[in-house]
Amino acid sequence: MKNRTIKVDQLARVEGEGALLIKIADGKVTDVKLNIFEPPRFFEAFLRGRKYSEAPDITARICGICPVAYQMSSVHAMEDAFGVEVGGQLRALRRLLYCGEWIESHVLHIYMLHAPDFLGYEDALLLAKDHPELVERALKMKKIGNEIVSTLGGREIHPVNVKVGGFYRVPQKSELTVLLERLRWGRDQAIATARLTAGFEFPDFEIDYEFVSLRHPDEYPFNGGRIVSSSGLDIAIKEYEFHFEERHVEHSNALHGFEKGKGAYCVGPLARFNLNYDQLPLIAQQVSSDIGLKLPMRNPFKSIIVRGIETIFAFEEAIRIIEQYEPPEKPAVEILPMAGIGFGASEAPRGTLYHRYRVGDDGLIRDAKIVPPTSQNQPTIENDLREFVSARIDMPREELTLRCEQAVRNYDPCISCATHFLKLEIEET
Amino acid sequence: MIAKDSRVITHTIQSATTTVIGIGNEFRGDDGLGLRVAREIASRKLHGVRVAEAESDGASLMRIWEGVDRVLLVDAMKLGFPPGTVHRIDASRNRIPIKFFTYSSHAFGVGQAIEMARELHQLPPSLIIYGMEGDQFDFGTELSLPLERNIHVLNGMIVSELNNWMEQ
Repeated sequence: MKNRTIKVDQLARVEGEGALLIKIADGKVTDVKLNIFEPPRFFEAFLRGRKYSEAPDITARICGICPVAYQMSSVHAMEDAFGVEVGGQLRALRRLLYCGEWIESHVLHIYMLHAPDFLGYEDALLLAKDHPELVERALKMKKIGNEIVSTLGGREIHPVNVKVGGFYRVPQKSELTVLLERLRWGRDQAIATARLTAGFEFPDFEIDYEFVSLRHPDEYPFNGGRIVSSSGLDIAIKEYEFHFEERHVEHSNALHGFEKGKGAYCVGPLARFNLNYDQLPLIAQQVSSDIGLKLPMRNPFKSIIVRGIETIFAFEEAIRIIEQYEPPEKPAVEILPMAGIGFGASEAPRGTLYHRYRVGDDGLIRDAKIVPPTSQNQPTIENDLREFVSARIDMPREELTLRCEQAVRNYDPCISCATHFLKLEIEET
Repeated sequence: MIAKDSRVITHTIQSATTTVIGIGNEFRGDDGLGLRVAREIASRKLHGVRVAEAESDGASLMRIWEGVDRVLLVDAMKLGFPPGTVHRIDASRNRIPIKFFTYSSHAFGVGQAIEMARELHQLPPSLIIYGMEGDQFDFGTELSLPLERNIHVLNGMIVSELNNWMEQ
């Protein structure tokens, strides 16, 4: 029987770096190791002794792609610690900010990072040579997301306008309504994107995942709600650590997330879509139905279509929020820091992002815990690869390696603040 | 655009001007170099020069330089030279290897943005990259010593380049 090790030294088109090694002995996959670096641990140490109010700005620096997610989970956790609830238009503005981030992140991943796999290009640059119209569409769509973030967040890149309790400043209605026309254009492009990706060829591959995401009674999930799973879990965010844990694994600096007593689980677009389909706006449901999506979606390669559907949602939700927007009287709810523990979770583009803080009566952070989506998905990515390769042991090495890379990219793994590259190895022995 | 609050930095980039873009992450050691330089250049309030700070997200860079004639990028680099070494690359004339910006944490980063813009005919007519060889990119807010020592050299070269542009 064949002994092989599949090995890719630099896995391109993922945010950050690490390594992947797949070993095959006697025709069976004997080892799959995804090794990535997980810098948020350093941030947790850095947060100790800092003021509670610094958490949104510091944690936003963890990821250049999803700073809003870090800000949102941190402000929710702090507000939970201080017994404050932010509702009404302030909450709507937070959701609007999240729409901007989802648009930016999903469009980038669909067109620049994942579509080249399906269309047979090594990277987005080569894709642009043959299909400049696709890349130009992506850049224009992403720009609209960026405009939302910079209008609300206060600047181009790292938003600085978010604070515990709300915002430093809220926009006038006219500052938002100028975006409407472009948002409607973007919604049409998002529909075209979902239809385009639905026409790609997908490997015949399904896994019976344990899907986990937030669920809110009235909304497709961004911020808050309860944590639910496809096996029936339904818990408050503050109960997260009773049911989920992170473990050190020998081959990786990163912690791997597991559901206690169950094992690997899957967060992100597929999980949200399957657990919250009924909360999607009609237009997103209509397109899903038109292109033949059926619940539950269990083919991870089809996450690219679901990102398209979620992009339709993000544009539609942004339009809805802006149309209904009336500037609140105050830009933020007053905060009186007190000793306590706070829990927060929100749906980053890649999945559930959990924060927990303990704050002293001086308002200083005593300790912090941050669980990013990628560490939760890591065991699932490894499981996918094991299953995928097992069924394709005899596939030519080059093609199998490419497919494995593509399988990793299904999760848009984000280790954005890591400073080295992800290395993927499939080794023959 | 938004806010008079001192915490809120706005960069309204208008067309047909000279823009300095400092790239980096101030919490990643020497990766903060581009931002440090950008702030130093901004404090000089050079006439006709706009200054922007950016992460290394390529799509955002393309947005910032849209419609701008002359762009000067500043970023930390790791090309195997002694830390503190200054690099200057004329990107409007030379292709940039995709892996050039080793410490870009983004899958679609600075190098990709430049080459994508070239492909889509969206490259600014003048695009000069200034870099300084970094040493450590771990978590932290300080630049390492060789960079601290040499940063004035880099600043001087950039100001001189900007002055040359202004005189043209």
